[in-house]
Amino acid sequence: MTHLPSRLAKVSARDVNVHYGEKHALKHVDLDIRANEVTALIGPSGCGKSTFLRCINRMNDQIENAHVSGALTLDGQDIYDKGIDVVQLRARVGMVFQKPNPFPKSIFDNVAYGPRIHGLARDQAELDEIVMTSLEKAGLLTEVRDRLDEPGTGLSGGQQQRLCIARAIAVSPELILMDEPCSALDPIATAKVEELIDELRENYTIVIVTHSMQQAARVSQRTAFFHLGELVEVADTEQIFTNPQHPLTQGYITGRFG
Amino acid sequence: MTEHTVKSFDDELTHLSNTISRMGGLAEAQLAGALQALANRDSDLAVRIAASDAQVDVLEQDVQHFTVRLLALRQPVAADLRHIVAALKIASELERIADYAANVAKRSLVLNQQPAVKPVGAVINLGRLVQTILKDIMDAYVEQDVAKAIGVWNRDEEVDDLYTGLFRELITYMMEDPRTITACTHLMFMAKNIERIGDHATNIAETLHFLVVGTPLKGARPKGPSVEAQ
Repeated sequence: MTHLPSRLAKVSARDVNVHYGEKHALKHVDLDIRANEVTALIGPSGCGKSTFLRCINRMNDQIENAHVSGALTLDGQDIYDKGIDVVQLRARVGMVFQKPNPFPKSIFDNVAYGPRIHGLARDQAELDEIVMTSLEKAGLLTEVRDRLDEPGTGLSGGQQQRLCIARAIAVSPELILMDEPCSALDPIATAKVEELIDELRENYTIVIVTHSMQQAARVSQRTAFFHLGELVEVADTEQIFTNPQHPLTQGYITGRFG
Repeated sequence: MTEHTVKSFDDELTHLSNTISRMGGLAEAQLAGALQALANRDSDLAVRIAASDAQVDVLEQDVQHFTVRLLALRQPVAADLRHIVAALKIASELERIADYAANVAKRSLVLNQQPAVKPVGAVINLGRLVQTILKDIMDAYVEQDVAKAIGVWNRDEEVDDLYTGLFRELITYMMEDPRTITACTHLMFMAKNIERIGDHATNIAETLHFLVVGTPLKGARPKGPSVEAQ
């Protein structure tokens, strides 16, 4: 039985299905993402977690034979409404990818890019302010303050990923989607990004897809476990990792399959 | 030690140590209260001490819950792992210590129904010694001071000696005047409980050694002659 979308949730999914051509990739997913929390999506490869993530900012629109059905709302507003401006939606819903992908531009211009195209700054001073604040929030400012005009691609992997987070923050999103943001990083850079995620949730809502169950345990407050396109279990992260209710969740997180 | 990159983990570890310290403080207060109730034949205090044991039990539950959470969510290793495992073990030692203190308080209620007997003073002396040992081991925990922990570990011999002497004294009293047998038997159990508190303090010393150094405290603990063996 499908319930009504929750108005309390930042993002609310009800009976969301995704087909890639014949393939039923996501099956009847009901899931609420709470505001100012980190929600981790875990599950074996092909379980649908990234597919679900990409529904939230309509990245699946890019995929030719993808078809999304069901109700998906952001603050009660239908994300798939015909009147929705997808560019505006993606300003509200930022995204950070698996591999850091800075533009081949300076560090400053990487962060300034979003505010410029969305016209968020009236003059240079305001733009400077946005860039500096975003770099600060991303925990990168002290490391790059003296070389803002150097190319973003010259930074280390971990710094590049934090630059991408700064770039996402610069357009003041409400929700940040992260698709395995640490899988290309070493443990120290990973710890820095995890600390950053912990700090960011005060002001943002975060959904993170991760292959690392340990990372899900460390960074999230809620965890959703997907398997073969179905949402098997969603609960407080502590509950999932100390006393999961579904045998499939138990099997996956204890390394018995997947 | 330097801070973790993820600051909230530091906060959680600090919270854990603080909870253990609070448990230690409560256990110390329970023992002090039980001895005071015994010395002053204060039944009201004894009742309060017996009732307060529940507070320590609640804290032990908190520690248990919190350590399971930390083990599951933080995947601790090395010093962090030892810190968390040690907290779990020390919490159960402190819970036992508080139980023994509560038992001393309960027996003092029965004792107050009887005429006073002289060996009470010796039981209180044993209690005072164990009090200082308990205080020292909790200080050593807060300061992560291995030398102090080893000091506590060695002092258990004093407790054993005092207990053995007390055991003989009580038997002598009972043989001389069978009317004191009820009171003296309760005192004997109280002394045994206090001696057990000392043993749990040495267990904490061993755990603290493992926590700080990473290896078990080796060698046999110096032991006085066992009364049970006589």
